[in-house]
Amino acid sequence: MSAISPPTSRVWWKQPLDRVEGTWIVIAFVWCLVMFFMMPYWHVYGKQNLANEAYRTTPEAFTAKAQAMVDKFKVREETEQKIPVVHPPAGSDVYLIARLWQWWPMLELEEGKTYRLHLASMDWLHGFSLQPENINIQVHPNYEHVITVTPTRAGTYSIICNEYCGINHHTMASRLYVVKGQ
Amino acid sequence: MAVNRMFRTCPSTGLVYHEPAEKLIRWNAVAGVVSLLVGGVLALLVILTRWQAVHLLPPDWFYLVLTAHGLDMLVFWIIFFEIAVLYFCASTLLRCRLATPRWAWAAFWLMIIGALVNNVAVFRGDSSVMFTSYAPMGAHPAFYLGLILFAVGALIACFVFFGTLVIGKAEKTYNGSVPLVTFGAVTAAIIAVFTIASGAIILIPTFLWSVGLVDHIDSLMYRTVWWAFGHSSQQINVAAHVSVWYAIAAIVFGAKPMSEKVSRTAFFLYICFLQLASAHHLLADPGLTSHWKIFNTSYAMYLAVLASMVHGLTVPGAIEVAQREKGFNNGLFEWLRKAPWGNPCFSAMFISLIGFGFLGGISGVMMGTEQLNLIIHNTIYVPGHFHATVVIGTTLAFMGLTYFLIPTLFRRELMFPGMAKWQPYLFGLGMSGFALFMMGAGTLGVPRRHWDMSFAGNALGYEFPGTAYLMMALMGICGLAAIVGGAMYLLITVGSVFLGKRIETPGFAHVRANDGVAPAPQPIAVAITSHGSNIGTAGFVAPGTLTLAMVFLIAFVLYYFVNWKYLSTVWPLS
Repeated sequence: MSAISPPTSRVWWKQPLDRVEGTWIVIAFVWCLVMFFMMPYWHVYGKQNLANEAYRTTPEAFTAKAQAMVDKFKVREETEQKIPVVHPPAGSDVYLIARLWQWWPMLELEEGKTYRLHLASMDWLHGFSLQPENINIQVHPNYEHVITVTPTRAGTYSIICNEYCGINHHTMASRLYVVKGQ
Repeated sequence: MAVNRMFRTCPSTGLVYHEPAEKLIRWNAVAGVVSLLVGGVLALLVILTRWQAVHLLPPDWFYLVLTAHGLDMLVFWIIFFEIAVLYFCASTLLRCRLATPRWAWAAFWLMIIGALVNNVAVFRGDSSVMFTSYAPMGAHPAFYLGLILFAVGALIACFVFFGTLVIGKAEKTYNGSVPLVTFGAVTAAIIAVFTIASGAIILIPTFLWSVGLVDHIDSLMYRTVWWAFGHSSQQINVAAHVSVWYAIAAIVFGAKPMSEKVSRTAFFLYICFLQLASAHHLLADPGLTSHWKIFNTSYAMYLAVLASMVHGLTVPGAIEVAQREKGFNNGLFEWLRKAPWGNPCFSAMFISLIGFGFLGGISGVMMGTEQLNLIIHNTIYVPGHFHATVVIGTTLAFMGLTYFLIPTLFRRELMFPGMAKWQPYLFGLGMSGFALFMMGAGTLGVPRRHWDMSFAGNALGYEFPGTAYLMMALMGICGLAAIVGGAMYLLITVGSVFLGKRIETPGFAHVRANDGVAPAPQPIAVAITSHGSNIGTAGFVAPGTLTLAMVFLIAFVLYYFVNWKYLSTVWPLS
């Protein structure tokens, strides 16, 4: 009789649909399609899409590129660890290394300008979490992810790690500066 | 080897228990509840650390305890209980002997050994790698070995379940089709086989890597395959707790599915599409294309979401029809007002249904959207979401079922019935607040799995707004309420099972199937009609449920687009 006994009639699949169920299935299905089409729609008309551009890399190759950027565009050093702050030209390729338990170097970007931000990890998984903007991206070892990003508001931002990466995970934090263009 | 064909009939429910199956269901359920006890103590420690004003544990202990909490709850508690549910749905509901009880015992002991080995590895302190154990972060080999042993045991148990279905069919213990609840259990078991296979594909190489026989595990490959195991195991839970909802609706109200066709098709959609959801976890990862992400995260155009939305309607719909047929036919909601709110079996199931839909379902679909994931990924919003699905959805549904099983399966009277009446409310509402405030903190960027959101002593730390600390404190308070609710459940269950008053039935005995079990009723070959037309309004048999469903839909649509609006304000990315 009930859901815990076999159906009483052998050809249960011929029972006509109740109006309640039929109505709901149609409404729910239409909503599902709307949700599905929102994703391609945003790729065409929306401005926030995660880049598909990624390459295989190695810690050595990626460090070399980041080091070259630091050598060329370093403007100052900060904190006791003397982490370099770089101010690369607008539109250029900028590199950010994630490693246990540090982001390196610090970037200084110009408001309203577009950059190609390269992200890679040197060791384990890390999580790029830009606050208070709340943009969150997974960072893998041996993968170089290239994200085209346009900071829209000047200010001092924080980058924290939000993928658990061992005992000092909670100490992995850095800054990102966005300044008004000259 | 003689086959044990001894059965007993429960005098109050009329359910038929096969002697070995009964014992196995009990032991699996008990092992689950013990895991829940351990996981619950750990949960308390996690809450008291993340509540920043208390900040109880040092970091090494916090990460250790969080790892163990995840494993004991998400794997050991839920899967042990699910195996009990599978055996119940096959042997008891089909009035059929359990296939190969010896194999079922082997499975049970393998699972016990696996759970112990894994827990020992974690508590030794060198395997604080979280539930996900993302390579190339490595754990002690025993960590992976324990999980592999547990999974092999669970796989054997699934095949015992399938074997029991074959026996039921062959020995004609039922006629026609299996009950809907058993059908749901079959769905869960099929998904479980897929899940365990994925787990083997990733955990065996990782185990070999941890002992030095494999030299490299690619981090993206690990995440991709691991989530086919990690997320799929949550889909076993969905299929299992939806079956439990149907079972409780049937037990408490004698509710009949509104239509077998719709409910079974919805379960079938789970089998076809639910597994694709594991792609949700990879939306913020490099190296996978948007095409892949969109197709998979939408479960092929949200067909599995559709299935859950259908179950979300048909379970309360079936209750409404049953109540209206009993005479509670006035207005939209008399059926619901006059429901047995003091029966913990029902209240647990109903809170589970509402919490799973409104909190777990909506948030899950939102953050599983390719672009929206950017503003949510790895924040504490994520555990907020899955505590709504797995704790309010699965755990609370299983708690409801326990209140039914204690008298019929363990033949004990429920201890502290007054406390049992309140337990689902305290646990369910505490957990709802807990999940909600976590989600609130997550939208402010608070990271998950993080020991110190204040970054004390760190020159480069980020200062979260005061609201984030408020959210975490409220999460802590609601979490404590849920812990008390969970402790009440454990007290009632453990008390009843070990110390409760025995239910004595005169002339009780296990008897051979031929003597004791009535022949299976034949299905009727009459013409099929829909439900009586004298209930409900305007041709709708369950207008109250449809109204609730529309409220749900409006909440869903609003919340979904609010998040798109929020996304549109963050930095342009491409």
